[in-house]
Amino acid sequence: MPLHDGRAIDVKDAAVLDSILKPPSSPLPAALAGALPSHRLTHLQRLEAESIHILREVVAETQNPVMMYSIGKDSAVMLHLAMKAFYPAKPPFPLLHVDTTWKFREMIAFRDQRAADLGLDLLVHTNPEGLARGIGPFTHGSAVHTQVMKTEALKQALDRYGFDAAFGGARRDEEKSRAKERIFSFRTDQHRWDPKNQRPELWQLYNARKNKGESIRVFPLSNWTELDIWEYIYVENIPIVPLYFAADRPVVERDGALIMVDDDRMPLKPGEVPQQRRVRFRTLGCYPLTGAIDSDADSLPAIIREMLLARTSERQGRVIDRDGGASMEQKKQEGYF
Amino acid sequence: MAPDTLPSTGEAGVSEIERYLAAQQSKSLLRFITCGSVDDGKSTLIGRLLYDSKMLFEDQLSALEADSRKVGTQGGDLDFALLVDGLSAEREQGITIDVAYRFFNTDQRKFIVADTPGHEQYTRNMVTGASTADLAIILIDARKGVLPQTRRHSFLVSLLGIRKIVLAVNKMDLMGYDQAVFERVVAEYRAFARQLDLTDIQAIPLSALKGDNVTTLTGAMPWYQGPTLIGHLETVAVTDLRANDPFRLPVQWVNRPNLDFRGYAGTIAAGTVRPGDRIRVLPSGQESRVARIVTHDGDLDVAAAGQSVTLTLTDEIDISRGDIISALDGAAEVADQMEATLVWMSEAPLLPGRPYILKVGAKSVPATVATLKHKINVNTLEQLATKTLSLNEVGLATLSLDQPVAFDVYRHNRDTGGFILIDRLTNETVAAGLIRSAIVRTVPWQILDVDKRARSQMKGQRPRVLWFTGLSGAGKSTIANLVEKKLHAHGRHTMLLDGDNVRQGLNRNLGFTDADRVENVRRVAEVSKLMVDAGLIVLVSFISPYRAERRMARELLGPGEFLEVFVDTPLSVAEGRDVKGLYAKARAGKLPNFTGIDSPYEPPESPDVRIDTQAMTAEQAANHIFTLLSRFDEDADLVDGAAI
Repeated sequence: MPLHDGRAIDVKDAAVLDSILKPPSSPLPAALAGALPSHRLTHLQRLEAESIHILREVVAETQNPVMMYSIGKDSAVMLHLAMKAFYPAKPPFPLLHVDTTWKFREMIAFRDQRAADLGLDLLVHTNPEGLARGIGPFTHGSAVHTQVMKTEALKQALDRYGFDAAFGGARRDEEKSRAKERIFSFRTDQHRWDPKNQRPELWQLYNARKNKGESIRVFPLSNWTELDIWEYIYVENIPIVPLYFAADRPVVERDGALIMVDDDRMPLKPGEVPQQRRVRFRTLGCYPLTGAIDSDADSLPAIIREMLLARTSERQGRVIDRDGGASMEQKKQEGYF
Repeated sequence: MAPDTLPSTGEAGVSEIERYLAAQQSKSLLRFITCGSVDDGKSTLIGRLLYDSKMLFEDQLSALEADSRKVGTQGGDLDFALLVDGLSAEREQGITIDVAYRFFNTDQRKFIVADTPGHEQYTRNMVTGASTADLAIILIDARKGVLPQTRRHSFLVSLLGIRKIVLAVNKMDLMGYDQAVFERVVAEYRAFARQLDLTDIQAIPLSALKGDNVTTLTGAMPWYQGPTLIGHLETVAVTDLRANDPFRLPVQWVNRPNLDFRGYAGTIAAGTVRPGDRIRVLPSGQESRVARIVTHDGDLDVAAAGQSVTLTLTDEIDISRGDIISALDGAAEVADQMEATLVWMSEAPLLPGRPYILKVGAKSVPATVATLKHKINVNTLEQLATKTLSLNEVGLATLSLDQPVAFDVYRHNRDTGGFILIDRLTNETVAAGLIRSAIVRTVPWQILDVDKRARSQMKGQRPRVLWFTGLSGAGKSTIANLVEKKLHAHGRHTMLLDGDNVRQGLNRNLGFTDADRVENVRRVAEVSKLMVDAGLIVLVSFISPYRAERRMARELLGPGEFLEVFVDTPLSVAEGRDVKGLYAKARAGKLPNFTGIDSPYEPPESPDVRIDTQAMTAEQAANHIFTLLSRFDEDADLVDGAAI
């Protein structure tokens, strides 16, 4: 039986789905907001409480925190948790988006709408030198583009506003070196990460004391998995960028990746004609660097169903991870989030 | 379900997913750590758990296959350890050097695994991983049995308060899946674990490499009838017992969006809370009631341990970050000195007397290590005298804090009883601490800002009771008067309670029956205690004939605060003096129940001071008592350093 992404489903996959979908032996839960009758918290309640604890701890212990807002699903969850952590107050920090100018147009529209709806202070920073030099993924390649328009731009923004703590939505299940990064991750005044010199994190006690010039990257979603993120978005009804849902979009196929033609800056190769295909994105970044997948999943349950069957991890769509085994660890040491 | 009935993305498939998602919401979370020696196959086991629970994606698998061929240790077969050993430096060394967290899900549960290294020098990482774990897997190589490392891991697991143990006897394939080998290892381990109070042990024979008994029982060990490793992890009870304890909310952040709202945000560390509950704020001791449990999703009727909430109270009281909002019954401890186990985590050794920052709950306060009682050899559990602690050493210490803080002992609550020490210059986390007990127990039932200590410090003296006992006419009041004059002349603040005087006022309604004598002494003892709280030196001159009542008075007061002075005058001498003519009246039958005549006097068996009035004058006796008092205070100073 053909599946929506064109791959044939084999018996093993079906068995997996069968085991996933079989009715639970435990009774159905109370609403997520309230405690279960036995006061046993569910996995999402425990994750939510831990993240809120981290958000509050940073606000209490640092002078000038900021939340990195990348517009993706993880940022959506992190922002939602911040709204909860400080309610009825607004989160006492601004959002910062590092705009490479190559994000999907729908992402930018969603970003501005979200900030307006929630009444939050949104800072947008673009590397002015990079902009002046016309740095872009098509002309300079993904490595230079990422270095100048993301890593350098991020450092500029943190320095410019004097932020001493920045929340990021990274999860430990995304990548091997992240699995060993602390929730409070210290950076030198040069924004470098030293994986050999991390502070132990015991119980729920975080040591947020910084040396002069140091800043902290804080990852409140460290212990969430991709599945947890989707389940939480579903349960809490959190708005996400429509690009996550399947729709007919113009794409070209390059090096096995489906690249969406989001604007006319995309140079087409001779004979290359964008095709309308029903696609969606599992992860969002700069449009020329983000591959779409064929999909019919146009609702959250459909996305989650697809995820449960997927045998390809989400970062595969990202071109920057493929430059050798230790790629992410190197980028992080250089100051990448 | 056969492949041809697999739900499509149409209506039916989606509703099935919705049912699945509803079920996911009752899924629980189990956090565990894996502990083993370098070669026990820990990373392999975790890689196997990820692989067998289908948590690996195609691209990760193909990367694993490529890596296994390139740097694998399994001759080209899948080397699961490569999945887990994340940092490039350790991939080259072939060992795990830090704590790594891994995630996998089954139908029943979500799991967070802390992979902690087995190297001796990395005790700190294991303690870090264990601090958040509900369960520990102790991995043993079936070929080697219980090793010193096994003992160390088990000691640390027990120290950190993990009670549930899985004893995973690995590499059974290399021992021919022999039941006798398994049973020998398990018996050896159980015998050792009993010393550590670890009794909830599930032993499972495994081969992580081959996959035996990880997710499925294999035919290789038909003699084993227990659960698989996954089967056990999925079903072991992880009820959060803290929900049954008295309520604790360490205040993380005071939420003041406008003048009309003041909320106290934090993660509930124990118990449950409902609007209307009476609470006490510690360390201040102020009382109030819970008004609302505020969340973004609306107010709650009840919240329990583990939830992050915001409370409002019915009264406007002063609460700051670091305070604990506590149940009225069973409130948290408050003290500025404590005994704690320290695990040292820094290259720079512990320096007793140096101020560190102590962070417990949301409270940070300067603290010094006052004394180090001993360190513990983590392999043999032997206690050794020491002057310092070095990296990865564990010891028992007393700490002295700049101000009283609220906490619980670690045994009762990890989140309010565990602390870290931070170096004030490098800002490094240098130690993990587990509170064993409060040393100076500051009574938490009243506002503590001005307490006995503060009052007595202002007077520059050590408050106590000098309890003069003896027969009527023995000379108690005469001597007590002289002692009070001396103390007064030396600038001490005193009060003399004399039996005859008190009987004219406070105890006017009491006679001389046994019951009234007991009540007489009880009242005087309580009054003395209040006066000691006021910082006074109290001289009590009472016949107080019964040992039991004098003991009651002693027990009302703190250690060293009650000094029993036996004014020892034989009955014949006292009766011979008969200053007030009372003995004559008693002998004439006009004073019933007179001590020494028709009511007994029980002389003290071991008084703090004995005055033989036949051997010294009243003046000499008073000098003697005054000298002894000064000496007692000096001795006490040596003990706790407080000024008289």
